[in-house]
Amino acid sequence: MESRPLGVGTHRPHAATASARVNASWWDCELHQMRNTRPAASAHITELLRTVEAAEPSATRLKTLLITFDSVSKSYDTRTRAALDSISFEADRGEFVFLVGASGSGKSTVIRLILREEVPTKGRISVAGKSVVKMPSWRVPYLRRGIGTVFQDFRLLPNKTVFANVAFALQVIGKSRASMSTLVPDVLETVGLAGKEKRYPYELSGGEQQRVAIARAVVNKPGILLADEPTGNLDPVTSADIMSVLEKINRNGTTVLMATHDGEIVNRMAKRVIELKEGRIVRDVEHGTYGVAS
Amino acid sequence: MRAGFILSEVGSGLKKNFSMVLSVVLVTFVSLLFVGAAILLQMQVGQMKDYWYDRVQVSIFLCPPDSEATNCVDGEVTDTQKKNIEDALSSSDLAPYVDTVYFEDKAEAYQRFQDQFAGTSLEGTVPEEDMNESFRVKLKDAEQYQIINEYFSSTQGVEEVVDQNQLLDRLFGVLNVATVVAIAIAGIMLLCAMLLIATTIRLSAFARRRETGIMRLVGASNSFIQLPFLLEGVIAAAIGAGLAAGSLGLLVHFGVSGWLQDQATGFSLISGVDVLIVAPILLVIGIVMAGASSLITLNKYTKV
Repeated sequence: MESRPLGVGTHRPHAATASARVNASWWDCELHQMRNTRPAASAHITELLRTVEAAEPSATRLKTLLITFDSVSKSYDTRTRAALDSISFEADRGEFVFLVGASGSGKSTVIRLILREEVPTKGRISVAGKSVVKMPSWRVPYLRRGIGTVFQDFRLLPNKTVFANVAFALQVIGKSRASMSTLVPDVLETVGLAGKEKRYPYELSGGEQQRVAIARAVVNKPGILLADEPTGNLDPVTSADIMSVLEKINRNGTTVLMATHDGEIVNRMAKRVIELKEGRIVRDVEHGTYGVAS
Repeated sequence: MRAGFILSEVGSGLKKNFSMVLSVVLVTFVSLLFVGAAILLQMQVGQMKDYWYDRVQVSIFLCPPDSEATNCVDGEVTDTQKKNIEDALSSSDLAPYVDTVYFEDKAEAYQRFQDQFAGTSLEGTVPEEDMNESFRVKLKDAEQYQIINEYFSSTQGVEEVVDQNQLLDRLFGVLNVATVVAIAIAGIMLLCAMLLIATTIRLSAFARRRETGIMRLVGASNSFIQLPFLLEGVIAAAIGAGLAAGSLGLLVHFGVSGWLQDQATGFSLISGVDVLIVAPILLVIGIVMAGASSLITLNKYTKV
């Protein structure tokens, strides 16, 4: 939290403009705490916020494309069909994008390419203005520090508490204990797990476990959150809860790219939808549906 | 923070893989024991060479009273014969090869015999008058022994010409063969140790693939992910090296200095100080070996 001005986020999420959302607001909870503990300061902070918002050139930041795929192809084996066949798309900062399509349509490959777990056979990929393809391998960890990832199977460490699971992500990139003790409770509150820090994963429901995984993915405040079928193992009600957590994170300015099979969620959220079929983009629409209707 | 985290990872890795780590320690221990033994043997050879090459090289033993050698049929060597031999050694034929000549009489020979076999059953078995008198010749070049041998082989009054270097060379030969054998065994054992370390790290990496998978996902650097594994191998190897050095120290202290020195008086033997030179060498070999095999394995199994 080091150099960021305290409370860039606002305490008025409903009134917030798009630009304010982008700049906002990992600090909701923190600010909230501050207001509770130091009421006298709150007026001053709100004042400060207005100034910061006014000074921030958010328009130019918004225009910077966060993820760019340019004619990207990927084949794992030359004898079989390519996993991705010359796909191009762009995603802006703060966008929420659903990636839909049948199993084997290439959704997971897109996610692996963004994380640079794979290198494309052809084409260019850039994340936050940097070419992912040409990136030397020692830079890859730094790329990944700016990307949070959530999977269908949660991938929590069973012998660590909720707090330790989330803190692990900070620990292994060398963050101080002090920053953990502030960042982790913040993010746990954001995902709605305040008070469950000392539980172990096996003591939690599937939905709660996925919240822990989301908390771990975003605790380092990444610009991008990749979610590979995050609701695949969850019932509809729990799925809806998870989606509201993802939406909240998206509102706070994080670009969310979510691969899913869940038509109901896609239809209800009415966000941008990119549909893949046999490695090609067959549809890319704002406020789209799952695709049965189209 | 980072150091603490890495150390706790190393600790849990060592605990989880205890039997594998123990086998790495033991194999490293045995292999480095042989490496250390080979180095100590070579030190012993070097020390003996330094000691002996400065001393007598060729001994011309003169006929004692009852010798059956062909040159001694006339009985004990006479003063004239002795004079002839001495003259020959300083003659223009031999002088270029000879450095110094020392005459050892019966009393000295007897004294040396008594010293050498003090406390054994041979002590006092040969009377002083049966001792060989001898010329002890130090050559300018030890390789030129054959000239002295040929020159005196048919001289009356000379019982035998003995090149002590040849005796020593035989001893050194035995020590050298022992060194080669030790190095060969050490080499095989080191190979075993490297393969075992590789296997241990593979298992360890497999057991912790969940953690390392998450570490990679959240952007931990390669070195941060690999360091705990590397340290596991290096620590195990270092413990093995320490055990090897300790065992060699005990072996030299009780075996060589304590026992062999009593059996072989007059020999200069290696001591505990030499082990202190060997110990750091073993430690470095152990660490480098473990580090190298760890890195090769890690680059294969924990890629970003």
